[in-house]
Amino acid sequence: MSEVALVNNPNVGLDKTPKSGPYVNELTTLNLGPTHPATHGIFQNILTMDGETIVDAEQTVGYIHRAFEKIAERRPFYQITTLTDRMNYCSAPINNMGWHMTVEKLLGIEVPKRAQYIRVIMMELARLADHIICNSILAVDTGALTGFLYVYQWREFIYEIYEELCGARLTTNMGRFGGMERDLSPVAIEKIKKILAELPAALKEFESMVVRNRIFMDRTQNVGAISAERALNYGFTGPNLRAAGVDYDVRSLNPYSSYEDFDFEIPVGTKGDTYDRFLVREEEMWQSLRIIQQAMDNLPEGPYHADAPHYYLPPKQEVYRNMEALIYHFKIVMGEIDAPVGEVYHSVEGGNGELGFYLVSDGGRTPYRLKFRRPGYIYYQAFPEMIKGSTLSDAIVTMSSMNVIAGELDT
Amino acid sequence: MENVSNQQIIDALQGQFGEEAIYGIAESHGILQVTTEVEHIVPMLHFLYQHPVLKFQFLTDLAGIHFPEAKGQELGVIYHLHSLENNVRLWIKIYVPIEKPEVPTVTGLFATANWMEREAFDFYGIIFEGHPNLIRILNVEDMDYHPMRKEYPLEDATRHDKIDELFGR
Repeated sequence: MSEVALVNNPNVGLDKTPKSGPYVNELTTLNLGPTHPATHGIFQNILTMDGETIVDAEQTVGYIHRAFEKIAERRPFYQITTLTDRMNYCSAPINNMGWHMTVEKLLGIEVPKRAQYIRVIMMELARLADHIICNSILAVDTGALTGFLYVYQWREFIYEIYEELCGARLTTNMGRFGGMERDLSPVAIEKIKKILAELPAALKEFESMVVRNRIFMDRTQNVGAISAERALNYGFTGPNLRAAGVDYDVRSLNPYSSYEDFDFEIPVGTKGDTYDRFLVREEEMWQSLRIIQQAMDNLPEGPYHADAPHYYLPPKQEVYRNMEALIYHFKIVMGEIDAPVGEVYHSVEGGNGELGFYLVSDGGRTPYRLKFRRPGYIYYQAFPEMIKGSTLSDAIVTMSSMNVIAGELDT
Repeated sequence: MENVSNQQIIDALQGQFGEEAIYGIAESHGILQVTTEVEHIVPMLHFLYQHPVLKFQFLTDLAGIHFPEAKGQELGVIYHLHSLENNVRLWIKIYVPIEKPEVPTVTGLFATANWMEREAFDFYGIIFEGHPNLIRILNVEDMDYHPMRKEYPLEDATRHDKIDELFGR
């Protein structure tokens, strides 16, 4: 065996002592969080400040850790869906469907085309809701409250569409193994059409207010920048990576749920700063609308769920009348159906990056091991490097533009 | 974009590290997995990172796992690598005994491994040697055990209304 040369990575562990400046020996420790309005969630940042400049930062996560991976080892597969939507709660349907697709991969269930298209519609609506929150809150953090109100009502409207499909708004538990629990209702179709017709105007209004706004540009350009190399080394995915100039999108590289049928573009930035992240998310919203339009136009006829009686709950009316349906209903609800032995990794493009599920099954009724790859947990590590040397107000907009969600940090 | 086959990865690894160092070769839904010895893991990740064709330069995830029945190999670490240029994924697994769960850190190569390794330490007690800051991350600091190990049951052992046999667990 010949020797392998090791790659040098100098940026692990930050140097904590300031090298120069008037207050070399007068550092202030500032606690940003755990419950600070600007952190949008419960996590703490311990900043070491030299005057207004951040010398060092240390993040603490784990205030709302709920042991999802451990709980998942005792739960039947279908009960784990409710754990996934509590991770990135801004785009819960993506998490639900990512989990469903992981289990379908393990079980070998083929999902009908119509169910795949409905999933795409719901996932893109979730992406819209996620990006609306992130971008409009970023505008609020720079002082522009009005634009936030223009677009936020549409996020509320997206939640009404969720309600139409699954009855819930935030923690959706949407879909089943093998497809959707119900078809798109006429009301849901009408609402999706309304959003396709009317959201563009609101989005344009929001963009005209913020994108070329001098104050907003001054607050965000060259703030919290990260190079493509560093972003990849830190495991960035999603809009944050694309803002740095890497066109990695799970939807196009490893298409799932019929994403290969749709025509859409992947926006990329150049500098990886806060402004680029904002623009990438804006453009992704337009692309999401494009995908939803295509999916609605070409929505195939046919069943909205697979014929998988061992895993797909039968309709309630059937349960009361039909013996077989009753048996399957009982077996599914009691978690009495064994899954095959296997190891599966499946990832979807979540609201803020590659959301992966690594599932090890030993042939039992529960997973042997389930690891969630939460994009936010992974890229939030880079936060100290991104804000080092900038001011406190820059740190706040940087954090806001990274779309860090506390539920996802802590599983 | 060239098409890199899984056999090509196996050949490259076996050519560099010898055939006996790469075992447990399997494929799961197109993703290649190999098992190796602890002493090879850091050179192997550097080798794959620098390889002119393979270019496994993205660490997607790092997962700990516990198999209480596998004596001498109770704890495992699974490295999920992704070659973005070739769009190929690879899992590398290593196993260590629970009495001496020591694994060299890969934070020197991947900055992202920092919190992933802290998480694996927190939940499985795997010691990543050379890690810059190996402390608990999600659990409270004064916890004195590693909760994802299989010897810690999830439900309260004093409860009698949830008997495992009745639920087939």
